[in-house]
Amino acid sequence: MNGPRPYLRPADTLWWARRPYRAYTLREATGIAVAGYALVLLAGLISLANGEGAYDVWLNYLKSPWSLALHLLFLIAMIAHVCTWFQIMPKTMPRLVIGGRIVPQNRITTAGLAVAVAAFIVILLVAEWMQP
Amino acid sequence: MPPEAAAGVGSGEIAIEVLRYRSDTDSRPVPQTYRVPFTYDMSVLQGLQYIKDHLDGTLSFRWSCRMAICGSCGMMIGAEPKLACMTFLRDYHPGPLRIEPLAHFPIERDLVVTVGGFVKKIESIYPYLIPKTPRRLDEGEYLQTPMQLAQYESFSDCINCMLCYAACPQFGENPDFIGPGAMALLQRYNGDSRDGAQATRMELVNTDNGAWSCTAVGYCSEVCPKQVDPANAVNQNKTKSALDFFLRFLGRRAHSGGTASDGDAP
Repeated sequence: MNGPRPYLRPADTLWWARRPYRAYTLREATGIAVAGYALVLLAGLISLANGEGAYDVWLNYLKSPWSLALHLLFLIAMIAHVCTWFQIMPKTMPRLVIGGRIVPQNRITTAGLAVAVAAFIVILLVAEWMQP
Repeated sequence: MPPEAAAGVGSGEIAIEVLRYRSDTDSRPVPQTYRVPFTYDMSVLQGLQYIKDHLDGTLSFRWSCRMAICGSCGMMIGAEPKLACMTFLRDYHPGPLRIEPLAHFPIERDLVVTVGGFVKKIESIYPYLIPKTPRRLDEGEYLQTPMQLAQYESFSDCINCMLCYAACPQFGENPDFIGPGAMALLQRYNGDSRDGAQATRMELVNTDNGAWSCTAVGYCSEVCPKQVDPANAVNQNKTKSALDFFLRFLGRRAHSGGTASDGDAP
């Protein structure tokens, strides 16, 4: 056998299930929960368009234990989604310069999370205020 | 000497399992274990050199500077892409420590991988300044503010060690993906206020093998020994590529590097 004979190792098709990529896979999977919650809201909107009876059915469904468990799962996934979203955000933008200095990436993440928490509190307050 | 070293902690003997491939006799890579005496201050590279000098002269691996600047000794150390000169044997005691060639690359021999594909990618991105406005010698140098420098400075720190490629699962899936390292170098020039070839390089970014092969795993930036942050280079180019796509319809190209307001040097 003459000359170089490079050996290409077979690709690992399960890389996404292994460390250190598992955290990435879970991060991406939280997107499914976000889409799932959007579908629940869409179902509510369609029920509302179909009249009061249909809307009450949807409201009652929301109170079922199965639905509460699902929403708890959605909430956990959503919080993870928000946190990882702002962790990735500094990677997707050019270097941010404020006052002649580069803003560290973790500062951008912290600022984003702070805005998210503030928005969450505002929404809760508005919801409380709008209650009949 | 650190107190641990004085106390003799972190020295002794470690089992090193090297994935070997001798292309003239092996049909596939096979692991081979060596028992290597080590001291507190010995790097993995020194462990390999001990093997080559005292145990098995046929073992092949690349190295040069021993101080994390040449980028030659990248390999999978305990399944993580690392520079052998920057990694200490004491951290893996008592072993066995498994050492393999960089993931995703074809193996030439033992720990030596094929780098031709990577070099071609580096060549393809126009890795040199193409001045916005050419100046004659008597017009003086091209000036740049510290802030304009900061926009691309980390991307110019790349030592071409290819650890980011071994960390990138998308490069593993698609060897034609231009990859984190070459994209960091591309951004080093596209982000330079003196450069005027952004539109040319954006044509590479905009392809399937450009920025869009990346799924923002981010592990490339974690393993980078020089804090180049290639994930940032690739992902800020997704934004630019998307802008490029939409501004086409307005008859414009988004090809300014860094921030558009940077303009020319003062």
